[in-house]
Amino acid sequence: MRLTCRYSFSASHRLDTPALSPEENRRLYGKCNNPFGHGHNYTLDVTVEGPVDPNGQVVDREALHELVKLRVLGLVDHKDLNRDIPGFLGVPTTENLAALIERTLKDHWNLAPRLARIRISETERNTFVLEAK
Amino acid sequence: MLLTRKAEFSASHVCANPSWSEEQNRQVYGANANPHGHGHNYVLEVTVEGDPDPVTGMVFDLRELKQILNEEIVEPMDHRFLNREVPPFDRVVPTTENLAIEIWKRMDARIQGGVRLRTVRLYETPDLFVEYQGGVCA
Repeated sequence: MRLTCRYSFSASHRLDTPALSPEENRRLYGKCNNPFGHGHNYTLDVTVEGPVDPNGQVVDREALHELVKLRVLGLVDHKDLNRDIPGFLGVPTTENLAALIERTLKDHWNLAPRLARIRISETERNTFVLEAK
Repeated sequence: MLLTRKAEFSASHVCANPSWSEEQNRQVYGANANPHGHGHNYVLEVTVEGDPDPVTGMVFDLRELKQILNEEIVEPMDHRFLNREVPPFDRVVPTTENLAIEIWKRMDARIQGGVRLRTVRLYETPDLFVEYQGGVCA
């Protein structure tokens, strides 16, 4: 069985890669390349998968909330994704952010079910889903 | 093709094992163990799978699906205290997981013919849902 919990966080970012010229960056990323950055209210869905335990639960909700709040929300909420995240390699697109969150959760995973999926909405119109390996 | 129908019901429950102390129950179920219960507006999404009938163009008659949902789930559970009024929750802890399993059993017994029940997705709140696809609960 799968269980999903939804969280939200707010962060700023600027999409810009040193591999391209300033003009190419502007063309590729459009408004997201604005030099001073901009922000979003992100929605994060964390899905776990495993058997239902004798207590009738896939996961201890409080333990899941604690893990996500400590390791993920503590890392990204009210932060600048370009400058405040140690070890965030690459352009802070939501694709790369999903991979960072998957890696961070896996590094600190202490729950019985497995991490099954990360889903992030950057805005209500843009959603990214990463099935955990 | 997959076809999903949504239904809503509001119910109260207590998540507590009667053979444990209040303290033990609070450790495992947190605020859900409050002895007098609390309620949710549950949102249920039931997905069935099949091929559209060549004559009707439908996977499953939506009116029939609505009727089954009403008879099996909404009428027996809406505005009820699950622990006291809806078996098997007099003896099974009505966690959202166990509620999804019970909904699966009730729906699976009624979905017949060329279609099969594929997924039960049950929202306890907009921020927490479970998905069950039958079989061993993995």
